[in-house]
Amino acid sequence: MKQFSVKIEVKLKPVVLDPQGKAVLNALGGLGFSEVSDARVGKVVELTMEGESAEEVSGKADEMCRRLLSNPVIEDSSVEVVEKQDA
Amino acid sequence: MPNFGVLFFPGSNCEEDCYHAIRKILGQPCDLIWHEETSLEGIDCVVVPGGFSYGDYLRAGAIARFSPVMEPLTRLAAEGVPVIGICNGFQILVESGLLPGAFLHNSSLKFVCRWNHVRVEEIDTPFTCLLREGEVLKLPVANAQGNFVPGEGATPRIVLRYCGPQGEIDKEANPSGSQDAIAGVANTQGNVLGMMPHPERGVENAFGSEDGKKMFESVVSWIKFSKQREAALSLAKLKGSEPELRPIPRRRFDYDLD
Repeated sequence: MKQFSVKIEVKLKPVVLDPQGKAVLNALGGLGFSEVSDARVGKVVELTMEGESAEEVSGKADEMCRRLLSNPVIEDSSVEVVEKQDA
Repeated sequence: MPNFGVLFFPGSNCEEDCYHAIRKILGQPCDLIWHEETSLEGIDCVVVPGGFSYGDYLRAGAIARFSPVMEPLTRLAAEGVPVIGICNGFQILVESGLLPGAFLHNSSLKFVCRWNHVRVEEIDTPFTCLLREGEVLKLPVANAQGNFVPGEGATPRIVLRYCGPQGEIDKEANPSGSQDAIAGVANTQGNVLGMMPHPERGVENAFGSEDGKKMFESVVSWIKFSKQREAALSLAKLKGSEPELRPIPRRRFDYDLD
């Protein structure tokens, strides 16, 4: 069994309005960062998983996104898998 | 008399209010049911109350939907038993797929706690059968993630919409920024209703309103009606005759309209 670091990003779909992102955008504008034209807020879930291969782990993480970590009605998710190297 | 079952999860906080409304104000039998229960036998109406189940972690309602009690609840819902999800209960029903859609943070990004008006858009559900289309109810709302979105291309059965005191739909009257001012939706069958306002907190005039009582009274009438209907159907089957079906219960007098 190998160990993998799994990083799952859950973001609101582009068509869904993001009230948090809008508040962040306004706050950044208030701080003088006038170059910011858009802001979206999402979530990151980091997992440590065991498995035979990156493909297997990635498939399981996709299933987790479908069943719990994201709501497909409003959110998109992406999975990034990196094998952990023994120290 | 109909048996009500009020579910509660770790973090629910409106189950006692629901119990009070049903048991003390309506005088109907009511059980409080812990989320680990695996049977809902003998329950004629399930109430999924508000609160912050599992701390609203991940998304409101996302974790409660995996509770053991959700299995018998899903079965009852498919059988046509009336189910109402209030506030966090609505979010749980949406996450479990019993109702369509999803929730976003309120457009104001604030927790909104206030009295609001809602307009009745549909009366062919167990919880609105004694109401009138267009009738305005005064009910409290209290939520941070009440911004309902039906999902792309979805057209849910809208039962309640936020409105002003005269029934007017405008931006100020919508506490969450929900799409189409949606305050409550039903499933296709009509027996599962989710709503953000709290009918159980509006059952006594001394506390601001008793409009919420009408929704509980509706479901009591509806349950009696469906039991009579079932009995009439099986009797007719035995006799081989046409069943004598009573009409859906409706309010007879407009005593408190206008």
